[in-house]
Amino acid sequence: MYAFEFHRPSSVADAIAALKAASDGKLMAGGQTLIPTLKQRLAQPSDVIDLGGIKELHGIRQDGNSLVIGAMAKHGEVAGSDLVKSVIPGLHELAGLIGDPQVRNRGTIGGSLANSDPAADYPAAVLALNATIKTDRRSIAADDYFTGLFQTALADDELITAISFPRPEACGYAKFRNPASRYAIVGVMVARTGGGVRVAVTGAGPCAFRLPDFERALAGSFSADALAGLSVSPSGLNSDMHASAEYRAHLVRVMAQRAVKAVR
Amino acid sequence: MAKVSMTVNGQNVTRDVEPRTLLVEFLRQHLDLTGTHVGCDTSQCGACVVHLDGRSVKACTMLAVQCEGAKVMTIEGLAQNGELHPMQAAFREHHGLQCGFCTPGMIMSAIDLVQHNPSPSEDEIRHWLEGNLCRCTGYHNIVKAIKAGAASMGG
Repeated sequence: MYAFEFHRPSSVADAIAALKAASDGKLMAGGQTLIPTLKQRLAQPSDVIDLGGIKELHGIRQDGNSLVIGAMAKHGEVAGSDLVKSVIPGLHELAGLIGDPQVRNRGTIGGSLANSDPAADYPAAVLALNATIKTDRRSIAADDYFTGLFQTALADDELITAISFPRPEACGYAKFRNPASRYAIVGVMVARTGGGVRVAVTGAGPCAFRLPDFERALAGSFSADALAGLSVSPSGLNSDMHASAEYRAHLVRVMAQRAVKAVR
Repeated sequence: MAKVSMTVNGQNVTRDVEPRTLLVEFLRQHLDLTGTHVGCDTSQCGACVVHLDGRSVKACTMLAVQCEGAKVMTIEGLAQNGELHPMQAAFREHHGLQCGFCTPGMIMSAIDLVQHNPSPSEDEIRHWLEGNLCRCTGYHNIVKAIKAGAASMGG
């Protein structure tokens, strides 16, 4: 690991100030991606700004009909939260499928979304549930947030403070995971929301995306059978040693059908 | 250099470290607590699992400076007055190890499980061990040991 200056601010304002003052600063949430990246010398930030000491980024609460999860809420907290389980059981279940227990004890929802790994689980939930990403300066709709491979709508000096999930009528998540890393080779969340059916995919493309034809089919008949005749084009999907684009395209439909069956 | 203070196995420690020092390097090289092992160094094997404020974490995927003010527990902190912790005793009794390299991480991980799920099923134990790799035993006796350790911890 290359050397860097370390900062542990206690407020969002101080974190942004430290980031702006650094020549090439990097915010660190749970560090479960950043630290392995630093260890492999794949990044060389001048300054690392640890968000672990900022109280306002923690906590999970209900706000009217929404669940508001602080950016620094750990996957294990979401997976262990009775509130999340009662308001959005599918999200509770998804969090418990991320990584392993020790990764879940450190990794955070804000860190996962800021990083936007194509194989991360939370992006599927954020898109399918039509969540809002709250930052230090604005609110970003899920549909506008994911812009490409490890790319998001966040500005370079913007910090996620919380994610607001409107309560769906029901949702379900199905994941075909890499057995070693636990990352999603393909993960699909299906949600019945006040604004209609939403189907979001992670793992298959450069970033999470929705499937409008799947949504229309499920709006007509909310059943796994309604998806049986549909297919997804492998064009533009990820292809690597774990799965070809064609295999991922196949898995998208299979996982979508399983997600429908898992809806509750 | 940065100054960091934390509690390790009940003792307050303060050291000057480079910010890039990993928690596992801090434990092994600065505090000579070599019971916490480095197996893969890529956050996968779990040989470095310790407790941070009561929850299991991978000490190879944390910086020591992130632990400012925290309570860290390593395998060396488990035995009390020369008596093995019930989970350590269960691993010995049920032969839950062969080479022993993964064992400190297995035991720290198991204790975190049992502290939050006092009588885990075999299935729950196997799922919980996703982050701990053992290349000798096939896990069978590790699972048996954790079941027995949970029972003797009072589950």
